Amino acid sequence: MGDSVQDKVIAIIAEQAVLEPSDVSMDQTLDDLGIDSLGLVESIFAIEEAFDIQVPFNANEPEASEFDISSVAAIVAAVKKLVAEQKV
Amino acid sequence: MRRVVITGQGTINALGQDVPTTLEAFREGRCGISDLELRDVDRLSVRIGGQVKGYNPEDLFNRQQIALYDRFTQFTLIATRQALDGCGLNFSGELATRTGVVFGTAGGGVNTWDENYRSVYEEGKNRVHPFVVPKLMNNAAASHVSMEYNLKGPSFSVATACASSNHAMGQAFNLIRCGMADVMVTGGSEAMLSFGGIKAWEGLRVMSKDACRPFSANRNGMVQGEGAAVFLFEEYDHARARGAEILAEVVGFAMTSDAADIVMPSQQGAARAITAALTDGKLSPEEVCYINAHGTGTAANDKVECAAVAHAFGHHADDLMISSTKSMHGHLIGGTGAVELLACIMALRDGIVAPTIGYEEPDPECALDVVPNEAREAKVDACLSNAFAFGGLNAVLALRAAP
Repeated sequence: MGDSVQDKVIAIIAEQAVLEPSDVSMDQTLDDLGIDSLGLVESIFAIEEAFDIQVPFNANEPEASEFDISSVAAIVAAVKKLVAEQKV
Repeated sequence: MRRVVITGQGTINALGQDVPTTLEAFREGRCGISDLELRDVDRLSVRIGGQVKGYNPEDLFNRQQIALYDRFTQFTLIATRQALDGCGLNFSGELATRTGVVFGTAGGGVNTWDENYRSVYEEGKNRVHPFVVPKLMNNAAASHVSMEYNLKGPSFSVATACASSNHAMGQAFNLIRCGMADVMVTGGSEAMLSFGGIKAWEGLRVMSKDACRPFSANRNGMVQGEGAAVFLFEEYDHARARGAEILAEVVGFAMTSDAADIVMPSQQGAARAITAALTDGKLSPEEVCYINAHGTGTAANDKVECAAVAHAFGHHADDLMISSTKSMHGHLIGGTGAVELLACIMALRDGIVAPTIGYEEPDPECALDVVPNEAREAKVDACLSNAFAFGGLNAVLALRAAP
C-alpha cells in the first residue's frame, strides 16, 4: 500500500505553502516553505479534520508541544503516530 | 483644552459584582478564574474562564427586560447603575442633551447568536423570538443605557476586538475634551463565554487549559473572562462646580495601527501608542509609575509588550511597575480595558498596585517589574492602560491622580 498518510500531510502542507505537492521535500522546515504561525495553525486544523485525530499543539509554545513540527518528515511521523494511537 | 475627570465607576466581573469586591480581590491577588459552567462544556477542550458566577438575571431584571437584554447588556446596565446611582446628576433638559454613551464590545450579544443558531440549526426550528436582532446588536448596551437614563447626546458602540473598551473610553474622553459633550457614560462589556464563543477561540490555539500567567516564563496562553465596567467621565469644571468626588483625571489618549498582521502584535505599533499617549497627556516618561498591561499571557503579546515598554520608556522602564490583572479576571476581550481601568484608578487613588498573579518563573524577555503575585503599596501620580487588539489596533489611555 502507498504511503497515504504521508501523501495527505504533504498535500495539506503544500496547499498552505501554495506549492505543488511534488515541490515539497521531507527535509524541509515550515520556515523553508514560508509557512508562518497562522499557516501552521491552519495546517494542524486541516490535519485534524483529514485524519479525525486530536493534535496536541499550543501556538504559545510550539517547541514545547509533544507534536514535532521541526520538518515535513517530523510532522508526517508525528501524524502517523497519532493516527495509530487514536485509531478506534 | 477642557479637562476630563472620572466621577463614577461600576463593575461586574469574575472577581466581584461591584467595585469594592473587585478592588479587594485586586489587593488580595485573588483569582476569579474557575471551571466553566455552561451547556456542552464536555465538548470543549478549554474548560476554564473568568466566569461571573452566582448571578441570577431574574433578581435584577423583569421578564420583559430579559427578553431584550443579552447578557452583555445586562452586565452593562448593572455596572452603569453602580456608576450613576447616587452620582447627583439629574439628566434632564440641557444636561441630558450634553451627555452621551460610548461602550466597547467585541462580540455584542454572543449568547443570543449562539442560542438562536442552536435553535434553528440544531433543533431545526423555523421561527425565532422577535427580539433577536435588537438583543444581539453591538450597540444594544449603549442604547439601553441611553434610554434608561435619558441620555440624549452622542452615543455609539466601538468594536476593536481586545482594545474596544480603551478605544471607547478614548472617544468619550475626546468628546468631552473638544466640547461635544459635558458628561459621558463609558466603558465596555463582553459576554462571550458560550459554547460557540469559546469554541471559536479554541480554534486559534492560544488558550491556556490551566491558568493565565502573564510574563511568567511558563505561561501557556490566555484565559477568557466576561463582565463589564462603566465609568462616568465628566468635564472638570462641571464636576468641580457640583462638588463631585473626583476619582482620577484622564489626561491623554492615543491610537495607532500596526498595519502588519491580523494576529501577531507589533512592538513598533505598541510603542508608538504608548509614546503618543504620554505626549497627549503632557506626561514625561518619568512621571509614570504604573502601567496596567495588556498582558494576555500569550507568548507573542507579553514579550512584544515588554519590548515596547522598554523602547518607549528607556531607562525608566526598569523603575516603573507593570502588571496584568487578566491573571485574575481573565481576558474580557472587548470589555477588558474597562475592568482594567479600575486597577489604574485604585493605584492612583488608594496607592495600591494590583499584582500579576500566577507568576512562577522569570522570563528574560519580560524583564520588567511585573508586580508578581502580591499587590504593592506605592504612590502613583500617573499611570497608563495598554490595549493591543488583534488586527493591530492599539489604544493607550493616560491617567493622573485627581487634581
